[in-house]
Amino acid sequence: MTIPTTEALATAEAPKPTPAGRSVAARFASSFAMFRNGKSITGLCILGFFVLVAVFGDLIAPYGPLEKDFTALRQAPSAAHLLGTTHMGEDVLSQLIYGTRGVLLVGFLAGIFATIIAVAIGVTAGYVSGFTSESLSALTNVFLVIPGLPLMIIVASQYDNPSLFLIAGVLALTGWAWGGRVLRAQTMSLRNRDFIQAAKANGESLFRIITVEMLPNLTAIIASSFVGTVTAAVLGLTTLAFIGVIPITNLNWGTILFWAQQNGAFPDFWWWYVPAGVCIALLGVALSLINFGIDEYVNPRLRSAGERARALRKRGIKPGASVTAVRTEPAGPSTITDTTHTERAGATER
Amino acid sequence: MTTLEFSHVSKRYRVRGSGHMLALDDVSFTLRSGQTLALVGQSGSGKSTIAKILTQLERATSGDILLDGKAIPRRGRALRRYRQQVRMVFQDPFASLNPSHTIRHHLERPLRLDHVVPEAEVEDEVHRLLERVQLDPAGTIDRRPHELSGGQRQRVAIARALASRPSLLIADEPVSMLDVSIRLGVLNLLAELQRESRLGVLYITHDLATARHFSDEIMVLHHGEVVERGPADDVILRPQHPYTLALRNASPDPDRHFAGDALSESAGSRP
Amino acid sequence: MTFFLRRAAFYAFTAWAAITINFFLPRMLKGDPVSAYIAKNQGRISPEAADSLRTLFGLDADKSMLEQYLDYWRLLFSGDLGRSFSKGLAPVTDVIAAALPWTVGLVGIATILSFVLGTSIGALIGWRRGSKADFIVPLSTFFSTVPYFWMGLIAIAVFSTLLGWFPASHAYGKGSRPEFSLDFIGQVIAHGFLPAATIVLASLGGWILGMRNMMVTVLDEDYVTVAQAKGLPTRRVLVDYAARNAMLPQLSSFALSLGFIVGGTIVMEMVFSYPGVGKLLLDATTAKDYPLMQGLFLVITLTVLVANILADVAYAVLDPRTRQMES
Repeated sequence: MTIPTTEALATAEAPKPTPAGRSVAARFASSFAMFRNGKSITGLCILGFFVLVAVFGDLIAPYGPLEKDFTALRQAPSAAHLLGTTHMGEDVLSQLIYGTRGVLLVGFLAGIFATIIAVAIGVTAGYVSGFTSESLSALTNVFLVIPGLPLMIIVASQYDNPSLFLIAGVLALTGWAWGGRVLRAQTMSLRNRDFIQAAKANGESLFRIITVEMLPNLTAIIASSFVGTVTAAVLGLTTLAFIGVIPITNLNWGTILFWAQQNGAFPDFWWWYVPAGVCIALLGVALSLINFGIDEYVNPRLRSAGERARALRKRGIKPGASVTAVRTEPAGPSTITDTTHTERAGATER
Repeated sequence: MTTLEFSHVSKRYRVRGSGHMLALDDVSFTLRSGQTLALVGQSGSGKSTIAKILTQLERATSGDILLDGKAIPRRGRALRRYRQQVRMVFQDPFASLNPSHTIRHHLERPLRLDHVVPEAEVEDEVHRLLERVQLDPAGTIDRRPHELSGGQRQRVAIARALASRPSLLIADEPVSMLDVSIRLGVLNLLAELQRESRLGVLYITHDLATARHFSDEIMVLHHGEVVERGPADDVILRPQHPYTLALRNASPDPDRHFAGDALSESAGSRP
Repeated sequence: MTFFLRRAAFYAFTAWAAITINFFLPRMLKGDPVSAYIAKNQGRISPEAADSLRTLFGLDADKSMLEQYLDYWRLLFSGDLGRSFSKGLAPVTDVIAAALPWTVGLVGIATILSFVLGTSIGALIGWRRGSKADFIVPLSTFFSTVPYFWMGLIAIAVFSTLLGWFPASHAYGKGSRPEFSLDFIGQVIAHGFLPAATIVLASLGGWILGMRNMMVTVLDEDYVTVAQAKGLPTRRVLVDYAARNAMLPQLSSFALSLGFIVGGTIVMEMVFSYPGVGKLLLDATTAKDYPLMQGLFLVITLTVLVANILADVAYAVLDPRTRQMES
């Protein structure tokens, strides 16, 4: 994930001016401009699909997740069981569907907890200076360095039946530091901007400066950090379940793989272990796409880099590192130099 | 009638590794409401430092700043009252407004913070402020800064400064980052507002010409020291200090000849 | 100089924090199997071993917390991490020392390989924007989100069980003893291939993407245009100007991702039964071998810390600005 620079933030493409008195809907929509590009939308669609599966699981799943059918053990996919059965005759597809809930719930909970901590610590550390900032920064770095999984294993193994909240909490505690560090860096560069100085000179309180003046300018980073944390939490959760550290009462895709491994599913019963992994990867891809979309919104260079180069190739110009190319044959009215000129002008125009 | 006394102020910055940097050296001046004082100097002369100290974004290392004879308060309600009286317009119109907020937010905040008008009248007051800076309220109030031009943004910044009905205004190079063609408009606006409200204005600039056009008195700052001070015309037409001379000669003047005595005056102090 | 001092101070602080957390860890854990174990094995534990176990686990009810803390530090400095319950009361330090080289070797080689490969590919893709090579981007995204362990399982299923190309588990053949013979080294390579390949494949995507994004940003900078305008050969511009600067943030994210890499390795070792510290930790957790768990956590954390220090040093060497910059 790129760490956006301040200039990139400043030149992020702005929504087109709308007539005065924009409706509430229009203003609300514009704050989600970061989600409007192709990558984000694809990611959101896939994510939406999983959410629907989780919510309507009861209606969609053909069988209960632990419903056993002793007449159909270890069956390959068939009409009755679209993804086959396990060693106890349980329907793999239904297990997958019900497992979605555990994954999404814990993932998003962990993401929310982690983001709250990251914002609280990161933004404060970035805004204040001196000892408080240094010590908060040291705290963040300590959490970054201490490896998460061993800690999670040790803590999770302590509890016989950890609740969703506990698992999410542990995942959040080991995962907030990355976002906290990025937020601190961004806040530090924001705090010297004139509009923050102006707010200070007008006598705004520290709390208001951070919450009202700074936070809205940090939404892209916060969103990106949230998505990243959810991804990490999903992977962490499934890993913990696969290892067997989290009890099986919490059904998620990792649990399915745990059972598969414990009961000799490898390598023959591919229908048992392949779909779960694919789902994890698919969810991860969806979340990554959303993050790419946000990255491109924040750093417009990423967005147009490929498109510009392709357009140039069509005209027979090889784009090297820079876009300024000189043609030797006489060209029509729309020469490359014209395009580059307007492009550059467009990029620097305020 | 409000008086601000900047008295023997020095400001030292600690520089990493090699000690200190003296940004201001024993600077004194008085700013009165109804008057315009121009502060002229090149980059690094200490002009912005003075502005920051006046708005308490920085603290002076030594010296006193007295508002109506009383030292600037350090905190609390007294500091809030000081801030209401002394306001600043920043140099960069693109950076001094928060990109996430509407113009309405920018103007409402100071009104609410300083309880300038009762809650019910805030909206009307915002409209009135926009009209004072010659902007159309209906067309501006719900926009965000990036939808306005540089000149419009600077006018909003001026409106924001005026919202709390201050008696003193610090204009830190208010037109340096605007297109040349609109500078005069904004400066004239400032002049008119100053006359209407009897403001005391500290006009910080590196441009002698606008300083003369706009202010009663000029003060020249060089490496943190005041090297010349006096009524605007005197300083421009009869500069005493070589630096002021060099500054004046640096501005292109079509009436001056390019060869002969005019240039030789500035020998030894090439800008 | 101050820059290095600050970093050194930070690392000292982190090390202290890790050790302190480790001190409190068993005291937060439920139950007290340690006392039970000591009681059950009275005859077989030497008094010193029993003492060190008590110190490690805060069973000295008569000593204050501060005294226990200081005793703990004394134990650490004498290199005593207690005795492992599940490994026949062998000293924890010995048990870990036997496993650590395997992990460091496997992870170290795989990660460096992945970093080098991913950064180079990412640089190339970033350089040739909009070309057909861009399809690698979504491909590597997919691979970077596939869970390590799942990929490992599939790898075993395909390459080991089905095709029989590589052995499925352990670091060397059963019955072989570790020695410096060609045969043994050959075995190590054969056994290590699948786990290493899985790690490389799984983490490649992240490096490719990160490097590509940084390259795209750097290539827009004016100094690259100047370098080309000066007539420098393309390869020189790519390597010395663009890639060198784009790589810096990669290095720092490399350092930051070390903790995450550790996580992946643990699972990898479980899947491949690779005798490293990851598998050791899992075995210890199952066997409720607290001394071993505590010792492992400490060793893993300190290893990650050392790796971070190395990465930081490399960053400071490569980027002259860091040495002047305020941290």
